[in-house]
Parts: sequence; structure tokens; C-alpha cells
Amino acid sequence: MTGTGARVLEAARVVCDVPAGDGWTHELANGEILRILDLHGNQAVDALFFDARDYSNRYSAVDTIREQGSVYLTRGSQLLALDCEPLLTIVDDTCGRHDTLGGACSQESNVVRYGEHARFMHACRNTFLSEALAWGRGLEKRDLTANVNFFMNVPLSPDGGLEFVDGISAPGGYVELRAERPTLVLISNCPQLNNPCSGYDPTPVRMIIWPAA
Amino acid sequence: MTILDTVLPGGASWSRACRRATALTLVDVEGAANVAALFYRAAEPLERYCMPDTLKAQHVSRLTTGVALYSDMGRVLASITSDTCGWHDTITGHTTAAILGERWGELSFQDARNDWRRSARDGLLVELAKYGLGARDLVANVNFFSKVAVDERGELRFVEGNSPPGSSVTIRFELDTLVVLSSAPHPLDPAADWQPRPVRLLIEPVAAAPAEDPVRLACPENERGFAASEAVLQ
Repeated sequence: MTGTGARVLEAARVVCDVPAGDGWTHELANGEILRILDLHGNQAVDALFFDARDYSNRYSAVDTIREQGSVYLTRGSQLLALDCEPLLTIVDDTCGRHDTLGGACSQESNVVRYGEHARFMHACRNTFLSEALAWGRGLEKRDLTANVNFFMNVPLSPDGGLEFVDGISAPGGYVELRAERPTLVLISNCPQLNNPCSGYDPTPVRMIIWPAA
Repeated sequence: MTILDTVLPGGASWSRACRRATALTLVDVEGAANVAALFYRAAEPLERYCMPDTLKAQHVSRLTTGVALYSDMGRVLASITSDTCGWHDTITGHTTAAILGERWGELSFQDARNDWRRSARDGLLVELAKYGLGARDLVANVNFFSKVAVDERGELRFVEGNSPPGSSVTIRFELDTLVVLSSAPHPLDPAADWQPRPVRLLIEPVAAAPAEDPVRLACPENERGFAASEAVLQ
């Protein structure tokens, strides 16, 4: 699957590089396009989405999966809120498969998965909490749930297994999302060093927003 | 000594704080039941069942005997200690009023009295509200007795006949846990008629997980998860 890459950078209203392990929070207006650009390849980008007018109506992984009849996200996938209506649509994708079941890493889940030595390693849910605190407006831990992991490959097997494998995103790969209503976006550029989700070497990603056509 | 033995009618909701070292057995009396379930740590309901952490800690995409139910704080809230079905879904959510209306049609209390049709979403939210919880606490649920298979391409398929009459699953609590249930049908259930099934609920005291417990020893991740649960009891 190949992206068109057609949008010109000069027309963007926001261009922002997010260093490895950092967060990014931004509100999209209805119809705006967000491109997440995997500058160096194989970088997991954890994302949460909220209806900008009602944060309790947030991205719901399980409603999204059920309504599209498939566990992976790609071009054409509609990211649904708890009200089962779309927050965003994936309108372009060079990767072909993004995960929404693997969740975001946390200090606590790192200890479970890798052992006590991982307790004080940087983790996505700490980034999400920092971003939520900085954004304010009542956003807090309660609002952090199953997220999208762009560029992350978590295949399920028909016998009920699940594994984390090497990413399938190359340098310069990207995904584009169109906001279907005003949507708050929280990003954690994953700092995970214990599994291949970011190739054991987290790298920066670029966020680009274009105004609605 | 039985702590509770009752029947949850089809399409109804229920909640209760279940103590550590007790077990809840769900019995699908008639077959083809579905029980949407959420779990919260009773002492701190901000800590709750976490589908992604449960799946990735144990490298599974379905729940059955030997699987631990993790909170989002790295602790095991509960364990599945026995199961006659072999597959319980946790990746496809639950019915909303809109889904119910579109798939099966609404039926109001005014028209049907207590046979009215209530979605799992509405039932779960009512139960959550009894503890001051709400939509923000609504996370991915378990669907006991339901199987949704995933093929190599990631496509979903609801598997009928996963739960014959008399099927049962037992959940042992490793920490005091608020349990919230709805017995509304699974949203992907292809049945033409709205047929919510009753489920027998049985709560009994059990021994806490011993050192050689099979769920604890199922993988090194679970050993650490159980240790984290036991650490907060000190």
C-alpha cells in the first residue's frame, strides 16, 4: 500500500517534530488532516483521541474493531468514539496495518512483562499523564484507555495467541487521519527499549496538520 | 458455605464488591448466554481491568482457564480457575441502545414491563453510577461465554455454539474487586431475535492462590503480577 504524499508542506498549519519518548497534544478542527510521519522507520506512536467537546466520549478500540469487523487499522478505518460514531478516518496509510490491542506501555506493565529492572524506565502512560496534566481541563488517568499504536505490528493468531513483532513501517512511512468532528489528540512517541515495537531504538516522528479542504 | 447463589435474568445488570479469596462462578443455564463484565479494584476504582495489559502480559487474544485478569497498574485482580468453554471474548465490546435498536428493535418498559430490552452499555452505566463511576470508567469489557474468532487477515467471525447449556466459568479474586455485569446478548450475535439468556451467579469462599497455583505459574509475567497484588496486602 503506497501513500500519495500529495499534500504540500507549505499549506500545513502545524509542523512539529516529536523527539523519541516525548508527547504531543493538539486539537483538530472538523475536517483537518493529521499526518504522522515515521521519519526513521519502525517507530511506535501511541495515540489517544477524545471528542473535543466531551472528553468522556473518547476513542474506543473495541467499538472500532467490532464495527469494522477487523482487528487491524488501515486506510478506510474509522476510529470510533464510545458513541460508536467516527472521531477520525484513516485516509492514507503507507504501512497497511496498525495495532489497537497492544495498549500503551507503563512502568507497571513493564515490570510485569520484563521484570523489576524495568520499573524506572520511561513509559508511554507517564507521557500521557504528563500531557494530560499539562493540557488540564480535567483530563487525567481516568481518561487513559486502550489506544492506537501507529506503525506497531501485533498479530493475533487464529488459535487465540498474540505477539509483538518487528514493525512493518519504513523510514518516511506515514498515516493520515481526517477529523470527523473536533478531536483532541494525545500522542506518546514510544520510549520502549524492551521489545521490537520501536526497533529497540526509539526515534523522532513528525506531526503535520493541514486545514480542512 | 455459599456466599451468594442467584440467577441474573437475561438482559439485566448486576454489581457487587467480591472479596479476595472468593470465587464467582457464572453458569450459562440455557446455553448461548453472554455476560459483559468489568472489574475495578474495590479499594481504588481508578485501577481497573485492562484488556491490553491482560493480553500482552500473557500473549493471548482470548480468555480461558489459566488466564489472569490484569489491572492497569500491573496487578492481577482475578484469575480464571476453571472454564468449560475454552474461549471468552474481550476485544469486541458490548451492545449500545443504538446497536440494540438497529439489530433487534427497541422494546420499552411501557410496552413490555420487565421484559423490556436494555443494552449492556445502559446496564453497565447504571451499575457504575451506584459507585460514583461513569462513562470515563467504561473500558474494554470481557464477554464471558462468547467467542469471536480472528482469521489471518484480522477479520472477525462470531462463533455460535461456543457455550452449550450448563457451561461455566469460575473467576477467583486475588484482590477485593468490584464486579459489574450485564447479561445482554453479544453485539455480534447473529440471532434474529433478542434472546438474552439467564446466568446463575455463585459466589463461594476459596483458598487464595497458593505458591504452586497454575495461573500464577503459567508464565513469569503472572508470577510478577501476583506478587504485585500480594504486595498491596502487606
